[in-house]
Amino acid sequence: MIENVDLSLVDWSRAQFALTAMYHWFFVPLTLGLSFIVAMMETIYVRTGKEEWKRMTRFWMTLFGINFAIGVATGIILEFEFGTNWSNYSWFVGDIFGAPLAIEGILAFFLESTFVAVMFFGWNKVSNKFHLASTWLVAVGANLSALWILVANAWMQNPVGMTFNPETARNEMVNFWAVLFNPVAVDKFLHTIFSGFLLASVFVMGVSAWFMLRKREEWMTKRSILIAAIFGLLSSLMVAFTGDMSARTLARVQPVKFAAMEALYKGSKDAGLVAFGVLKKTDEKVLQENVVRDFVMKIKIPGLLSIMTGGSRDFYVPGIKDLISAGDTTRNILAIPDMIQRGIFAREVLNDYKRAKMLNDKEQLEVLRVEYFGNKAFYDEYFRYFGYAFLNSPEDAIPNVPVAFYSFHLMVMLGFCFILVCILVLYYLFRGSLQKNKWLLWLMLLSIPLVYISSEAGWVTAEMGRQPWIIQDLMPVNIAVSKISAESVIITFILFALLFTALLAAEVSIMLKQIKNGPKH
Amino acid sequence: MEAGQKKSSSVAARVFRFYYDGFRTMSEWGKKVWIIILIKLFIMFAILKIFFFPDLLKKNFDSDAQRSEYVLEQLTNNPDTDD
Repeated sequence: MIENVDLSLVDWSRAQFALTAMYHWFFVPLTLGLSFIVAMMETIYVRTGKEEWKRMTRFWMTLFGINFAIGVATGIILEFEFGTNWSNYSWFVGDIFGAPLAIEGILAFFLESTFVAVMFFGWNKVSNKFHLASTWLVAVGANLSALWILVANAWMQNPVGMTFNPETARNEMVNFWAVLFNPVAVDKFLHTIFSGFLLASVFVMGVSAWFMLRKREEWMTKRSILIAAIFGLLSSLMVAFTGDMSARTLARVQPVKFAAMEALYKGSKDAGLVAFGVLKKTDEKVLQENVVRDFVMKIKIPGLLSIMTGGSRDFYVPGIKDLISAGDTTRNILAIPDMIQRGIFAREVLNDYKRAKMLNDKEQLEVLRVEYFGNKAFYDEYFRYFGYAFLNSPEDAIPNVPVAFYSFHLMVMLGFCFILVCILVLYYLFRGSLQKNKWLLWLMLLSIPLVYISSEAGWVTAEMGRQPWIIQDLMPVNIAVSKISAESVIITFILFALLFTALLAAEVSIMLKQIKNGPKH
Repeated sequence: MEAGQKKSSSVAARVFRFYYDGFRTMSEWGKKVWIIILIKLFIMFAILKIFFFPDLLKKNFDSDAQRSEYVLEQLTNNPDTDD
């Protein structure tokens, strides 16, 4: 007997996790990028010995410190939620999640208690070189710390390197390197850290633009903008490059998500890339109730989606309808109804195992272990679709297309805008007329909230686009959620909303005060 | 041996002194963020974790075998169709 899962419980649990993850993400990317910008500035100080560079380094380091301190440990709340709201998931993932998170925790602890302390307490107490090394180690450590979280997330998008143990009902890591070098992990890590570098560059350019508009700190702002614009331009190009890499991988491992990001219902060769579009509901349906979205208007680049995905205009890109009804035989992607059948078979085998275990039927347990759970073919052909057993219809495998489409396109459009902003800033900076072009200074300032929106939109695409899965193909969200009262989740949702809003308000207020104060003389 | 002990205690003393001086001479913003960190950690670990976020499987079951059995039950039933 199992209680029916209250949909509002699933929705509230998801909303709560989304809220905490998105607030947590407000703090993280600035830490990833600003740490490197500060390290570059300090390197110039140590090499030149000029006090102005030290003053500048300390100013940006202060802003880094505020962001770091307010954001620190906000991610732990996500771990609380795993144990309370997502207990089935937590148990099911076994040590796959535990190992990377433990490495991250140890790294973060040593990093935070030692090198960050040297960064802030060590001026004039340790040698310049040791201080500089500590600053670089903080930058590298913060990014390595992100690596482990992203490896864990990537496993949820593309579960590899593990086997399922029916005795414990847990997944067990059998190949650490497959988990670490999961293609989704590699793409995700690179894309995320470069986006963090870009965000921090835009932040430094925006704050410097504010100083320029107020005609303050001319020496510092010009040099800050120069470093940030070069770092930002290189990072934004890398963001575009790694985004392209990521799209190719997605098309292979999460094809429905990929099609949803492009609102591509009907696949074709010579598929075009929608650069901009507005969606509308139609009367047409995908299978049963899922309404097809059509474009009110769109700007499409012919053939580009096929080229980006498969390297040629002849490459066939399947749409949502194709994946649901027929799959993609060229890439061995099964149709969703087939996956459901295989998932149901895998669940029946697991059910047999459970019954045999309850009856203590050792003979039957041994047969099931040998024929199925000890057999790689069973995992590759059936158990990998285990989660599909819980879908009521093939259309349940379709994520919210408008959310995936708009969040993805918002991220991409803003990303290209930042490339343009960096180029314009460098152009006017080298011409010596940046200060006169107030429209650009205002644009730089306005880009600060926009870069945060772009960064959050990236995560919305990644996480909403993979619905209904918490672990791709293996576990849908309604199975992962704990059977607790929706009311208790609503209460904690409100508590988190208040706590994180207070933290964000505190950060913004302390940071604004420090920015207004400017660098110390 | 004594020299080694003296050396390690002097390193510990220097590390202590380093942190002690750092906190003592901390800037105004530094003090503010430390207050926020302590309040935040108190709310997270002394309130949220204890009263709102128990580890459900640890709380409800005494052994890993029971936890496995419970999750196995969840995995072998379809919540939308079974009752």
